[in-house]
Amino acid sequence: MSEALLSARDLALRFGRVAALDGVAIDIWPGEVVAIVGESGSGKTTLLRVLSGLARPDAGSVHYAGQDVLAAGEAARRRLMRTEWGFVHQNPRDGLRMGVSAGGNIGERLMATGHRHYGGIRAAAAEWLRRVEIDPARMDESPRKFSGGMQQRLQIARTLVTQPRLVFMDEPTGGLDVSVQARLLDLIRALVAELGLAVLIVTHDIAAARLLAHRILVMRHGRVVEEGLTDRVLDDPQHPYTQLLVASVLAA
Amino acid sequence: MTGTTQAPSPPTGGRGSGEGGTRDPGYNFAYLDESTKRMIRRAILKAVAIPGHQVPFGSREMPLPYGWGTGGIQVTAAILGPADVLKVIDQGADDTTNAVSIRAFFRRVAGVATTERTAEATVIQTRHRIPERALHEDQVLVYQVPIPEPLMRLEPRIAETKRLHAMADYGLMHVKLYEDIARHGHIATSYNYPVMVNGRYLMSPSPIPAFDNPKMDRMPALQLFGAGREKRIYAVPPYTPVRSLDFEDHPFRPIRAQHPCTLCGSTDSYLDEVLTDDVGGRIFVCSDTDWCGERQQAKAAVE
Repeated sequence: MSEALLSARDLALRFGRVAALDGVAIDIWPGEVVAIVGESGSGKTTLLRVLSGLARPDAGSVHYAGQDVLAAGEAARRRLMRTEWGFVHQNPRDGLRMGVSAGGNIGERLMATGHRHYGGIRAAAAEWLRRVEIDPARMDESPRKFSGGMQQRLQIARTLVTQPRLVFMDEPTGGLDVSVQARLLDLIRALVAELGLAVLIVTHDIAAARLLAHRILVMRHGRVVEEGLTDRVLDDPQHPYTQLLVASVLAA
Repeated sequence: MTGTTQAPSPPTGGRGSGEGGTRDPGYNFAYLDESTKRMIRRAILKAVAIPGHQVPFGSREMPLPYGWGTGGIQVTAAILGPADVLKVIDQGADDTTNAVSIRAFFRRVAGVATTERTAEATVIQTRHRIPERALHEDQVLVYQVPIPEPLMRLEPRIAETKRLHAMADYGLMHVKLYEDIARHGHIATSYNYPVMVNGRYLMSPSPIPAFDNPKMDRMPALQLFGAGREKRIYAVPPYTPVRSLDFEDHPFRPIRAQHPCTLCGSTDSYLDEVLTDDVGGRIFVCSDTDWCGERQQAKAAVE
């Protein structure tokens, strides 16, 4: 098997007496979707922030494509964030510029990576709006006028426009109603398959994890308590906490 | 206190051969005390060493309100020598209140000669314009700057804008230009048009018209920028490349009213639109009063 795209070992981070991360290791291979599930406060989002360089761990290492992310300077990390990586926030307001038109939001990453052709940027923005099922005629509208689901799709378009290899998603379907969630999950699944993205998705929605992920990590109290192929983990949970988690899913 | 023993010996130097007037002995030369001037000069030297980079400095209270040129006046005070000849313009004009009072201020506190002629001046303090006449190596242009941070309206956190400058991460500024074109069909920024200095730092040229931006590029004169309220100094050394941001398919265009000057007939200077009566009569005249005056004199001499 080829080398892991992102690989972390022995990550530890404490917030006072609380261990948010306690000896966490994770590998993500190219084109793979990995879900991190667990209850609130189990360290899911902290892990995502540490892996994407938004927070520094107390101990441990993170390597991306063989490069030590924590040892690299901020300039190198920002370059990664602009080109190879993407981050989709739970709340689209955190990931979008609400004062800038939809087209400008999509174009920002292109312009940050040196695109200086207005017509080209606009064509790329229209193409991406179409791919996330937003009418390109609404390109010059403010994201404020968009519904929650549309804002989230716009954020995904803005993240994917520079064709990253690895995307971090922090509860992308949180706060949306179920029918909108279903469409969004469908869209993410299609884009991931089409672009061959590696995705690390944090969610507390077991159903969403089953739909999207190839592999699942179950976290509790800052530790990975169980890890494996999605169907294996969800159909035959080994750890008592995973069994509880799977048993708690409501069936419609 | 007579102060004859405490006062520092009058400084020497300056770029010009100004006659100098009588200076009020109640003030230190050029109003500021010597250690303040040294502090400002240190900031200026650092700014010249890193073209376009904003250097913080301990801005002082000056005897005029913020927004009237407190930054420019401190930079001028720090670089002025007794032999200098000072010109002050406000929107290109030598005869506006601000220009007249700042000239009078330095005549009184520094005893320097003042002029309205661009060619004779060694130090030119300006608000919102660059003189039409090409400047030369012996001159210094001092800009009054209200908001030194070009990313201010796009990124409100100062700590974050500093980081963006450090990383040369300027995609955000292009987003602003993109929005202009998307809304208006062209880049609608007609003044305070952002520039890249020496291919590295994004800089606000102060609210000069975009028409003046090309004059900053490889200008032989030293350009100093002082922002008093925001406590920043920055500089463009002589012959430094200054490029206005644009898109490949929407290149930068300096904008000028499509008229000749009514007074001197100039077709390549920046114009002011002036109402002449209350029935809609209007004329276009050069905003640079010295340039316009010189051209009128030359024309009269020919006739």
